[in-house]
Amino acid sequence: MSYRRTMVSARGISRPLQDLNAEAARALSAQLGVYEIVDDAGATVFIGQAGGLETFGLRSALEREAEASRGVRFRYEFTHAYRTRWQELLMLHHAIHGDVPVNNRDDTHLLGRLS
Amino acid sequence: MDFRPTQEQQLIIETVRRYVREEIEPLEAGLDPDAGELDPADQARLVAMTKQMGFYGLDIPEEFGGPGLDTTTRALMAIEMSQHRAGLYNPCYGTFGGAGLAQLYEATDAQKERYLYPALRGEKKGCFALTEPSGGSDPARAIKTRAHQDGDEWIINGSKLYISGADKADFALVFARTGDDPGRNGVTAFIVDTDTPGFHVERVVHTLRSTHYATELSFTEMRVSHDSVLGEVNRGFAIANDRLSRQRIPYAAGCLGPAIKAQEMAVEWAKNREAFGSTLAEKQAVQWMIVDNEIDIRHARWCVLEAAQRADRGERFRTEAAMAKLVASEAAGRVVDRAMQIHGGIGMTKDLPLERWYRELRIRRVGEGPSEVQRLIMAREILGGSFK
Repeated sequence: MSYRRTMVSARGISRPLQDLNAEAARALSAQLGVYEIVDDAGATVFIGQAGGLETFGLRSALEREAEASRGVRFRYEFTHAYRTRWQELLMLHHAIHGDVPVNNRDDTHLLGRLS
Repeated sequence: MDFRPTQEQQLIIETVRRYVREEIEPLEAGLDPDAGELDPADQARLVAMTKQMGFYGLDIPEEFGGPGLDTTTRALMAIEMSQHRAGLYNPCYGTFGGAGLAQLYEATDAQKERYLYPALRGEKKGCFALTEPSGGSDPARAIKTRAHQDGDEWIINGSKLYISGADKADFALVFARTGDDPGRNGVTAFIVDTDTPGFHVERVVHTLRSTHYATELSFTEMRVSHDSVLGEVNRGFAIANDRLSRQRIPYAAGCLGPAIKAQEMAVEWAKNREAFGSTLAEKQAVQWMIVDNEIDIRHARWCVLEAAQRADRGERFRTEAAMAKLVASEAAGRVVDRAMQIHGGIGMTKDLPLERWYRELRIRRVGEGPSEVQRLIMAREILGGSFK
């Protein structure tokens, strides 16, 4: 695991995790970006993107996540390159953990690999 | 010079135009504005359709099963295929198929069996690894990646930058310095399987083209057999250069699609949008922008078609291809910029494709040889070899 990490110079989301709930989601700016949902054991269960079709960007996406209750905490990053950053985060997760998050299994056909 | 399409070309133009408007645009309307791919089921359906039309694998030579289009017809198709939001870099979402790496048509029979034919069947993907952190505009001198021979093997060390598709590729065409010549005569091309120990995809490189990333590669004591050499040792740059020249005409033609579409949108908007008591179309400032757009589009189109026709006649087309690439990439950028200005606020939003074309067209002035290198190529041709 760790040896893989040292070979990959991509970075994860640096913003700290915060509790996932409707109030926290509503407080977010409506910008475009990417986010990560983490369960109570600390495992990343989903990596998502808030793209140009979201009415209120990350706020809309995280409000939906708060309702879906797939995890208990989240972190996010504002970026206009939401699609490539999302792919990068999934590839990074795969490089470190050997798989994508459990709720991203349908996205694997879009991914390459870091090695 | 007659730039009117033949009857057959006109039929192809109309077929592709209908395909873009009836098949691609409706699907695209439901996708993220930066989407780079269709739903796999839609993709499969449309590929079946282009195969039935006889247009699949447009750039595959006829002897390898391609449709055998001449350069002019291919350029006319590129102009049509790029007239949608993703069309500049992903015309029709790749439903007309790829050609693999053109250099592989010059490969040995064994290399063709292993790489070319599987690539043409869609079973393997390749990537082209030429540019390095030390530079991309003058690759012959900038290549620092080195390969040295060890018995029947070569050991490659170095790095590559801005490489598209390396993270999904099964093999890479890697250019490395093998001789003492600091320029083009010391470079060899290798076909390398991407699972070779020592081949690393280091990171994703984000660019203005936010639908697609490039990658950075590193090679650490990467051992490949002598059979991996494509062509001759120390003659690899000619292989790279061939691609760079050949690609310029369709590359230039592809810039025209978004420009034509942006102009259509600007005309439509100007006729309907009112400000200060009249439509935008009635204001001279807007009329002039629309006229300047038309001049840019027609100038670029003529340059592209002249280069294509010279290529089809078997004449030298190096200057014309460089001119077409320079003129089309710069003209299209100006057209989209003016179209955004005419649209005002909405032109800056992701509600319209203009902002995506604006970002992506900026890359076209650098990709496949920047404008300055195109001028250098033309200057060499015009002034003669002594000015190299």
